Amino acid sequence: MVNWIWVFLIFIGIITAGINGNIAVINQAVLEGAKTGVTISFGLISILVFWLGLMKIAESAGLLKIIGRMLRPITSWLFPEIPKDHPAMGYIISNMTSNLFGLGNAATPMGIKAMQELQKLNPNKDKASNSMATFLALNTSSITLIPTTVIAIRMTYNSANPTEIVGTTILATLLSTAGAISLDRWYRHKYKHR
Amino acid sequence: MTEVISTISLWIIPGLISLIIVFAVWKGVPVFEAFVEGAKDGFQTAIQIIPHLVGMMVAVTIFRDSGAMDLLIQFLNPLLELVKFPTEIFPLAILRPITGTGALAVTTDLISQYGPDSFIGRLASTMQGSTDTTLYIFTVYFGAVGIKNAGYAIKVGLFADLIGIIASIVIVSIYF
Repeated sequence: MVNWIWVFLIFIGIITAGINGNIAVINQAVLEGAKTGVTISFGLISILVFWLGLMKIAESAGLLKIIGRMLRPITSWLFPEIPKDHPAMGYIISNMTSNLFGLGNAATPMGIKAMQELQKLNPNKDKASNSMATFLALNTSSITLIPTTVIAIRMTYNSANPTEIVGTTILATLLSTAGAISLDRWYRHKYKHR
Repeated sequence: MTEVISTISLWIIPGLISLIIVFAVWKGVPVFEAFVEGAKDGFQTAIQIIPHLVGMMVAVTIFRDSGAMDLLIQFLNPLLELVKFPTEIFPLAILRPITGTGALAVTTDLISQYGPDSFIGRLASTMQGSTDTTLYIFTVYFGAVGIKNAGYAIKVGLFADLIGIIASIVIVSIYF
């Protein structure tokens, strides 16, 4: 599906620019988009290096296993394929906790580390495993307790009550997460015997 | 309640760092050596993501800057009016799963244009906070481990966005 999204975005974009007679925009967009991609990746280096270092300390100390054990009832239901005490579980939980508190900077490195651990368990290295799909679903629906960026914007524009949207945000995010988990379950069931 | 949560948010990183280090020292882990060993992976992982992210960002930028996105929005507008979807918010709904910075720009614009305490302002705020940039997360997470076939993962992510968008509209309409 991602192939189709990619082809669609590029192809429709070029055709639209061509018809509108501003094909030059595409040349600019290619340079700009590529630059953004590299900038984001380089921006990730600093936080990845720091957090992966810190999480290695936690892993060596056995802290990830302890956290993983505490939350096992929920995680073993969500990720039945992950063996008990596997480090992947600790990283998944760390990632979810960071997301919960709106700490995107800390969440991304832990999420990547969790994916790398899940990849070790994956029998087919080219294809996303069920656990990977579930983990991605949880991240894209992102349960957040406090949407800090949005509150900051609302304050900038003199909202009478900048935090009034916290309740609606939590409710909406809970529903989208529930939806994601349900669909993920459905797909898991569907592909179980293949 | 929100003050409590923001205080926790402020404390969680310093708290987490202290907790990990204290626990590790207590367990006799050579902390700095462990840190360096783990940190080594960081650089490599970031570099590995570059091709994935460049490919996706180029496609997204082409789609946005060519005017194709505006065209899509115009094209879908009559359909949205039919189902009582607030059309002002539609660009945000389309952008949210594709580009994080783009969506943030639209949210800011909507809030400044309609006011933060208007229906549109509240809706934009809720929508921005309740869903995440699926395409970005997908690219970064699967790019980091070199997954070629994503299976159904991206469909689930986009479905979550759709639910988040619809839920935002319904909840904000009822709540305020």
